[in-house]
Amino acid sequence: MAEIQSPLGKAYVPGDHGNAAGGVGVTIRERRNLSIIQVTAWSDTIPAVLTAIGSATGLVLQNKAGLGRVAGEKSVFGFAPGRYFIVGATPELELRLRSVIAPDLATIIDLTHGRTVIRVSGPRAEWVLSKLFAIDFSEHAFPIAYGRATLHHDIHTNIQRIDDETFDLYVFRTFARSFWQTLGHAAEEVGYRVE
Amino acid sequence: MIIKCPYCGPRDVIEFTYQGDATRTRPEPGSADQEAWNRYVFDRTNPSGAHREFWLHGGGCRQHLLVTRDMTTHAISSVAFARDAVKSATGERK
Ligand SMILES: [Zn+2]
Repeated sequence: MAEIQSPLGKAYVPGDHGNAAGGVGVTIRERRNLSIIQVTAWSDTIPAVLTAIGSATGLVLQNKAGLGRVAGEKSVFGFAPGRYFIVGATPELELRLRSVIAPDLATIIDLTHGRTVIRVSGPRAEWVLSKLFAIDFSEHAFPIAYGRATLHHDIHTNIQRIDDETFDLYVFRTFARSFWQTLGHAAEEVGYRVE
Repeated sequence: MIIKCPYCGPRDVIEFTYQGDATRTRPEPGSADQEAWNRYVFDRTNPSGAHREFWLHGGGCRQHLLVTRDMTTHAISSVAFARDAVKSATGERK
């Protein structure tokens, strides 16, 4: 299979940037070699789809708005009624899901080549992301493993909280380089490290 | 203005698109009643006070919502998924 090229290109500059006196407020990196699959249940098949996702990934979800789970490289989260991202390092993730989810249960779309995943981590992650997205990033409003669908500058992003100070951002691949640069500008004030 | 989406929670109005007056009734597709079509397409009551309207949460869960908003103060008194509201109004089974 052809190797997936990162859309970040020359904008991806490892090292420390921004306000050195501030230390490393956030660390940002691109998560590569993931399968990103969107599954959309029909209105009356949500519980059955959640069971099927659980059997394909080992990550079982309840039917509750925004709920998600994370286990190492694997993650799942909801961001709309009956709609889920299923993410993992397994190249056969889509086939595995298709083997347990027939079209009468849900539709399956492979977004692997359509999204770029950026992980933002560190003590100032909530602060930096609050500059870009008009949602509440505090942990009581946005608990660990939950998912969100929202906008930055009118452009869609899906966000999952990984732990108390880590977030994964799913941005459109064609906008990823522009977003990466915007994220760098937002993080300059607190100092950031690119890994 | 902040709309509290039933799925996403409170979100800024920039994530939503207004989709029109939710109080009007569409004539039967085969209807040739020009007056009824004219009312459906053009006539609006523009009330000062509570108003039922459709909004699309395009910048979030992409669901169509039925919002009751005060046209004078912008205070929102209820938000529901449009499909549930329409189903309960028409008696359609879920
Ligand atoms: Zn929503």
